[in-house]
Amino acid sequence: MQVKIDPSALERTKWHEYVVRFVFGGFITAAAGILAKEYGACVGGLFLAFPAIFPASATLIEKHEKEKKQEQGFDGTERGREAAGVDAAGSAMGSIGLLFFALFVWQFMPRYNDWMVLAGATSIWFGFGIAMDTSKANLMGLNGTH
Amino acid sequence: MSQILIRFVVRGLVVSVFALLGDLLKPKSFAGLFGVAPSVALATLTLTVAKEGASYAALEARSMIAWSVAFFVYASLVSWVMMRHKPKALWATICSIPVWLCVAFGLWYLWLG
Repeated sequence: MQVKIDPSALERTKWHEYVVRFVFGGFITAAAGILAKEYGACVGGLFLAFPAIFPASATLIEKHEKEKKQEQGFDGTERGREAAGVDAAGSAMGSIGLLFFALFVWQFMPRYNDWMVLAGATSIWFGFGIAMDTSKANLMGLNGTH
Repeated sequence: MSQILIRFVVRGLVVSVFALLGDLLKPKSFAGLFGVAPSVALATLTLTVAKEGASYAALEARSMIAWSVAFFVYASLVSWVMMRHKPKALWATICSIPVWLCVAFGLWYLWLG
């Protein structure tokens, strides 16, 4: 799998789309904090990573892919929705990495340096995500073509 | 009140940065990893560690395990629906949230409750 950076995505994203993500993310995470304070860490933890930016991101991906295809003279509706579906599949794989992130923090946070544990857990999540995506790409014979 | 406002701004920024990374990266299946990034978790856990201590943060992390399983089911469902029936992304993602809630709270009830 070849990971690339596509700076043109920044040009396609409008300022109000950033605002929507900021407000979504800020609101949900603040709500998680309030719930944790009110009902305890267990309930708060459930909302620690509520699909906060997922609907907004999926909608933006669909819109941007559609616009790209329309610039080439195609309808682009189907392509946009497929791209959102592929992004969701990536998120599903990322959630497995997140499970290991949470397991690591749960097991090691009380015993070791907090910041080291957070850094280690993030590395595990990231490494696991890359490994999963590479395996999937190899299995499907894809090399960054989607 | 100011504490809530600070949390809102800090977490909103962290989530936005992860979303930006997701925009920049290709292929989309890799970029999707940032949609579920522990951005929210990192921002919240960092503040929790500083304010409530490591044991409390560890307890929150334990609940995150249930969340991760719920999100896996949710994102897989959204992906399947999008690829097979191709509805609008907003509809697929919003209408699937009850599934996330059921799995998350089901696990919480069975395991943590």
